[in-house]
Amino acid sequence: MTAFFIHLWQVMLGTILDVLPIVIIIFGFQGLVIRKPVPNMRKVLVGFTYVLLGLAFFLVGLEEALFPLGDLMAKQLTDPSFIYAGRSVPELIHWQDYKWVYLFAAAIGFATTVAEPALIAVAIKAQDVSGGTISVWGLRVAVAIGVGAGIALGTYRIVTGTPLHYYIIAGYVLVIIQTSYAPKNIIALAYDSGGVTTSTVTVPLVTALGLGLASTVPGRSVLIDGFGLIAFASLFPMLTVMGYAQLSRWRASRNNVHGDNKGG
Amino acid sequence: MYQVFRPFIDSLRDLLPIIVVIGFFQLFVLQQPIPDLGNLLVGVFMVVIGLTLFIRGLEMGLFPLGENMAYAFARKGSALWLFAFAFALGFGTTIAEPALIAVAAKAAEIAANAAFIDKSEEAMDSYAFGLRLTVALSVGVAIVVGVMRIIRGWPIQYLIIGGYLGVVVMTMFAPKEIIGIAYDSGGVTTSTITVPLVTALGVGLASSIKGRNPMTDGFGLIAFASLTPMIFVMGYGMLI
Repeated sequence: MTAFFIHLWQVMLGTILDVLPIVIIIFGFQGLVIRKPVPNMRKVLVGFTYVLLGLAFFLVGLEEALFPLGDLMAKQLTDPSFIYAGRSVPELIHWQDYKWVYLFAAAIGFATTVAEPALIAVAIKAQDVSGGTISVWGLRVAVAIGVGAGIALGTYRIVTGTPLHYYIIAGYVLVIIQTSYAPKNIIALAYDSGGVTTSTVTVPLVTALGLGLASTVPGRSVLIDGFGLIAFASLFPMLTVMGYAQLSRWRASRNNVHGDNKGG
Repeated sequence: MYQVFRPFIDSLRDLLPIIVVIGFFQLFVLQQPIPDLGNLLVGVFMVVIGLTLFIRGLEMGLFPLGENMAYAFARKGSALWLFAFAFALGFGTTIAEPALIAVAAKAAEIAANAAFIDKSEEAMDSYAFGLRLTVALSVGVAIVVGVMRIIRGWPIQYLIIGGYLGVVVMTMFAPKEIIGIAYDSGGVTTSTITVPLVTALGVGLASSIKGRNPMTDGFGLIAFASLTPMIFVMGYGMLI
């Protein structure tokens, strides 16, 4: 139990150190440049404390329980003795043998994104600003589907050993094409959602999966093939969020047509 | 009573997919028992409490703070100070980011193995620090450009697509070993505390400047902050 509290304390200290530059910059500018007190100072401070405490609890909980298990599972699922249960490891690998890895990648990508605190923050703001056209859950699920699909494809890339930049460049081309068809007001949010998906929850588990895979698949190098899953996880949400907006627009216009018919 | 527990239930629901995925793969695919169930439950309990506190604190502290800064700078009317603030925020939050420190150390190792730099502690440390400085600079620049875009109302896609073209061009020239790290570095720069603050700042700016729409113009700062590090890291890999 003491070890546990020491861990909690260390994480809390770490979080405070992370926040320190932000606090200095904000209050420095507030005091020296804006020269006006922060409105509701007490409430803001209490809120800051909640954020710090909340993050510390969140991280310790993840590190104590979920990460070790996720890590272990990533190792077991990519272990040749699981993949080739009983059979010998073939000279030429078939990508189909890794089907559970792709499924795990998609599922864990989706699940960790739903719990990502930074994404919740952006989704709350987006719902406020859009007046409810974009819902907190709609956006989060759209992003999570993107991350799941991205990471599944990323693991497929590691298994087959195809160069990372082909996929990323093709993905960018898709983003460019979709940008010209998506509703204008979603574009900035869609681009943002690429960056927010990859923080506290997703990165550690996904990195473990990538490195585990690259070190067990014959012929892959950890250095060249182990990285890049995060890049997939940042690229695909842009596509799915724009897709979500296109779907909402299409549904709204269909409802309008129905409404008009009833009216007429 | 229900009101009190509502946020906790929401957080538990947020966490449910992870529990289902891990449970399913452990019990049905790997066919092994869950090790240390008690510890797992304690962990889940802590994550739920943490997430609930974080979201409460977000709405009480980080969002209002970011918005107030935006309004105050808009009222002050000095773009220069706003840019200085934007740069400081981007640079300051990135230079100390633990995820970036980890990535920079990894990159130094790769560079040493590929014989770009000496395989000494000193050379690797200075390489890693240089890389961190580069990424922090790039995020500072990114937030300044993003704020400029909000003020001017430039459409985001031209800037971002231009940036992607930059990434593609750099990819052709950058050393192969650095590409994966560079692509990943875009994702590690935006931490859980920076994201809400920067989002609130952008949305606040867009709603306090006449003619800007918070939805179209307010978002996008994070996108810039995730894009520029890729270009800068590849540039760093080419130069050194």
